[in-house]
Amino acid sequence: MRYLPKSDAERSVMLREIGVKSIDDLFAPIPADFRVKGDLNLPRAFAESEIVDYFRQRSAENAPGYASFLGAGAYHHYRPVVIDSLISRGEFFTAYTPYQPELAQGTLQAIFEFQTMICELTGMEVANASMYDGSTATPETVMMAARVTGRHGAVVARSVHPEYREVLATYALHQGMPITSVGFLENGRVDMNALERAVTEESACVVIQSPNFFGTIEDVAAAAEIAHRKGALLVVMISEAVSLGIVKPPAEADIVGMEAQSFGVPVGFGGPYAGVIATKEKFVRQMPGRLVGETHDKNGKRAFCLTLTTREQHIRREKATSNICTNQALVALMATIFMTVYGREGMKELAKHNLSKAAYAAGEFGKKAKVLFGGAPRFNEFVVQTIEDPKAINERLLQKKIIGGLPLKKFYPELGNAALWCCTEMTTRARIDAVVKEVA
Amino acid sequence: MNYPSSLKYTKDDEWLKIEGDTGVVGITDYAQNALGDIVFVELPKVGAEITAGKPFGTVESVKAVSELFAPANGTVTAINEELAKSPEKVNQDPYGAWMVKIKLKDAGEAGKLMSSADYEKYASERG
Repeated sequence: MRYLPKSDAERSVMLREIGVKSIDDLFAPIPADFRVKGDLNLPRAFAESEIVDYFRQRSAENAPGYASFLGAGAYHHYRPVVIDSLISRGEFFTAYTPYQPELAQGTLQAIFEFQTMICELTGMEVANASMYDGSTATPETVMMAARVTGRHGAVVARSVHPEYREVLATYALHQGMPITSVGFLENGRVDMNALERAVTEESACVVIQSPNFFGTIEDVAAAAEIAHRKGALLVVMISEAVSLGIVKPPAEADIVGMEAQSFGVPVGFGGPYAGVIATKEKFVRQMPGRLVGETHDKNGKRAFCLTLTTREQHIRREKATSNICTNQALVALMATIFMTVYGREGMKELAKHNLSKAAYAAGEFGKKAKVLFGGAPRFNEFVVQTIEDPKAINERLLQKKIIGGLPLKKFYPELGNAALWCCTEMTTRARIDAVVKEVA
Repeated sequence: MNYPSSLKYTKDDEWLKIEGDTGVVGITDYAQNALGDIVFVELPKVGAEITAGKPFGTVESVKAVSELFAPANGTVTAINEELAKSPEKVNQDPYGAWMVKIKLKDAGEAGKLMSSADYEKYASERG
């Protein structure tokens, strides 16, 4: 849609046509007491040069050129330049509700490709057009499992991202759904014995994350066995999408919930990101979110359109699968371009870089402090326990323009002075060495 | 529009065929026409209890979702598996494409529904 500005002359013609003297006359039906008198308390209009200057100054207050060792659901990966040049095209950048097949075939096809690639990466049969992010995708998968099984409870591993669990708790509280928590072992993986005891006839699903919040890869098959034996579904959350380049996809899962931020989306200020839900074909009618399908037009040509829209709230209202009736089109497009540009081999290579950088870092840290959760494979994150408070270490690192690992005390107080460190293909050996030097 | 006289009808456009203490339920010609091409029918499980006037399933067309309201109290004894594969049968033959069979709690109660003449009048008033 284009913006069409109006001149005063055009306004006069329109007012005359409508039959009023001024725009204010159009608001006459609103009682005088409810009409705001005078102007709103806003700053004066800025000239374009003033606006540019304002944002330049604010931008300079950021900390550019810092190396970051933060992960925890928001990963610093390289963004191929082609992403921004393609998404900036007007057809993509300013499209609004681009779901009308008669004029949005390009967008619909891009979304269809996104859905397809997510299926190829996760081992699922159908994926939606994206959710808001990984954290909101989490409760959506649980509510979906509740609808499918007719059961009203969920068992969630503590090794799932704490903030994903918090969002789930908010949804669950207001739906009166009990959530049971299951802990982790010394190797960082879900305690399967505890899981066995926690899953009951009232459990709609088991929720695990792999690689989990600590970077450890879970035993998805074992969790699936327990869940399925008791009639529950297995939900696997993935917050580091790049892991799919090398970690075996969670094919035993019934529902996969993902954060796609790693695929070419800027870390930003925590968003906007794009979540995804992928599942088996038989559950598709209970899956929330937009779905693009491939079909034929009346001339027999291949065409794309929204499909199974009767799941959505604009048709099914309070009985819909979710209140969401949109997707993160532009962000999902970034992810689509990223996946396309890297391709199957590129993804593998990218994942291997992440794996080896993190392995090197964990090895070096291990010489000076305690790296927790050994004994199980990990991807690009690991937890280091230090004598010193991680916050103090991070203060020193900031002086060197390095942002250290995430202190975990507020989420896992039982781990003491522990922090979560992430290495990606962007992490350099020199910085890893500089960081390990600061640790005692 | 066609409304067989052997059936009973509800204001929500379901038909009920009473055979002893068994009731067979479907939707009327008026309903299938109003809905358009039907793409999916969601039915309860065998053994489920259905309550007169309360929803027991849904019927989806390309543009809308409609609830199916139980014409009488009873227990579901059979569901029409064919509709899972061929929902369009509801459009083609609304009185042949039954949806559920129920064991009626009270066949007498069921007999109080609209006759085909009353329903035809009701349908024509709605336009």
